[in-house]
Amino acid sequence: MIKLEKLSKVFETPGGGSVIAADQVSMEVNEGEICVLLGPSGCGKTTTLKMINALIPKTSGKITVAGRDVDTLNPVELRRSIGYVIQQIGLFPNMTIEDNICVVPDLLGWDRKKSRSRAGDLLEMVNLDPAIFLKRFPKELSGGQQQRVGVIRALAADPPVLLMDEPFGAIDPINRAVIQDEFLKMQSEIRKTIAFVSHDIDEAIKMADKVAIFKDGKLVQYASPDDLLARPVNDFVTSFVGSDRTLKRLSLLRVGEVMHGDQLRVTAQDEVGKARHLMQEAGHKNIVMVGPQGRARGFLHLNDILEARGTVAEHHNALPSTVHVKDDLRTAVSKMFRHDVSWLACVDDDGFFKGSITQRAISHALGATYRDSAEAAE
Amino acid sequence: METIVFFMDNLDVILERTLQHIAIVGVAISLAILTGVPIGIAITLNRKAANIVLYVAAIIVTIPSIALFGLMIPILSLIGHGVGYLPAVIAVLLYSQLPIIRNTYTAISNVDPALREAARGLGMTPMQRLMKVEIPLAIPVVMAGVRIAVVMNIGITAIAAYIGAGGLGVFISRGISQTDPRQLITGAVMVSLLAIAADYALMWAQRRLTPASSSSTSASPSNA
Ligand SMILES: Nc1ncnc2c1ncn2[C@@H]1O[C@H](COP(=O)(O)OP(=O)(O)O)[C@@H](O)[C@H]1O
Ligand SMILES: [Mg+2]
Repeated sequence: MIKLEKLSKVFETPGGGSVIAADQVSMEVNEGEICVLLGPSGCGKTTTLKMINALIPKTSGKITVAGRDVDTLNPVELRRSIGYVIQQIGLFPNMTIEDNICVVPDLLGWDRKKSRSRAGDLLEMVNLDPAIFLKRFPKELSGGQQQRVGVIRALAADPPVLLMDEPFGAIDPINRAVIQDEFLKMQSEIRKTIAFVSHDIDEAIKMADKVAIFKDGKLVQYASPDDLLARPVNDFVTSFVGSDRTLKRLSLLRVGEVMHGDQLRVTAQDEVGKARHLMQEAGHKNIVMVGPQGRARGFLHLNDILEARGTVAEHHNALPSTVHVKDDLRTAVSKMFRHDVSWLACVDDDGFFKGSITQRAISHALGATYRDSAEAAE
Repeated sequence: METIVFFMDNLDVILERTLQHIAIVGVAISLAILTGVPIGIAITLNRKAANIVLYVAAIIVTIPSIALFGLMIPILSLIGHGVGYLPAVIAVLLYSQLPIIRNTYTAISNVDPALREAARGLGMTPMQRLMKVEIPLAIPVVMAGVRIAVVMNIGITAIAAYIGAGGLGVFISRGISQTDPRQLITGAVMVSLLAIAADYALMWAQRRLTPASSSSTSASPSNA
């Protein structure tokens, strides 16, 4: 959807020197994906982004947006067809929120009624009440509210492509996390193709389908967040993603991907002997007790029932905690440490028992990609 | 006491000369806005030009008004208007350039670069950016320049009585030549009152033209 081919930018500096802000950058952002341009300050992220909507003229190379070479398009029309969000937000203080949102539709000559009603819909999408906010001025909004408006202003004319330059950079960390989550939820519905500049590895991992890491104007690595953390291509990327990159991967993997599914289970009415037999046969130390519908209710520990008789109901323990199959591994590990256990029962939305996850399985999952890459390297 | 009697006896003349005064300042300031604002905007494009224009405008202000009127007599005599209304309007027009150009220039140059960038990025042409963003944001500061020009030139126009332009200055010049304190005081008080009234009227207009956002200092951000 956005394709950069050997894109370069050389700035002439007043002293007669020159700065290569972008050096032969080639990459492609697929339709409906968020690509985070990541790297330290001054590495050329903003320059690369602004060449896409011709805010900065490129020195050489080719840019294609939605199949059209941007050189063949009028820059003003190009910009109206691409959403643009900047870190400083840039809401016009002389216009109401409504008029700010409708800037691009107005430039495009949309019907006023249509654009105004869309402004209301967009505000609702970011949980701002149109009745309150449409007629307000930007200064009457908090930073977080302004940033939300900045984002929906970029979406007002429903462009397929969105460029965002550190859009959540000016917001305090707590609100930033909230806005990031809101934005991801919105993106899952609107499916825009997004180039997103960030200098924050954690933001990149959270937001990105693909991450493009830049250094000194060069694209160093282009990969999915998990790939980036598991297989950084060189020392620069390794140090940029951080020494805790393995732990960062915890938030990228879901419990459902790592758990042992199709678990052994017993019901309250079963004989303890049956539970013991099942565990010994499978070589497990624990077994989950489920209710009549299959909801996780408790568990039995093998050592506790070696000599026991009677029903499972008489001997079971309460589950210290459960974890949702859609939770990330971070949540699972955190619960394991909190309750000092080495495994957790995994459940779905309705509490049905889906499998269990163990500390061993988690470290195995995190290690797997290293072993893969080590083997591949040999 | 005598002055008050004089004042009451001559209400019609006072009104007439006040209107003459307003006509000179009003017409000249309107023309000054029509020239000064575009010049102020234009010079934001070129720093060097800006320095030259602002320097020239500043020099004009330093010319004493009597000298300026004197300079214009031979020039405007060529078209038969060496004295009277026209040179008065031209003088006010020239004196007004500095505050109006300077304030316009400052206001436009001080528009937050982020707003300019947002305007460009959203697809405004340079003209749309000027009309929809930069000028609306500059209006309060430009209006402040207009206020300064008006107040300053209500005083200067009083001197235009010496070149036969009429206005409230006539009371003052006659008061001096006839050593008549009644006329002198009437003229001086009326010039001051006119200046104060104009200042208040323009301040009110300035508030009206300022977007609600920039005037509300107590905007309390609610929770995000
Ligand atoms: N207008 C400009 N003139 C000269 N150099 C510039 C200009 N804009 C950016 N640069 C330089 O280009 C490099 C990349 O800048 P930028 O793209 O803004 O970095 P980033 O967004 O990654 O922090 C920097 O070294 C910066 O100093
Ligand atoms: Mg940047």
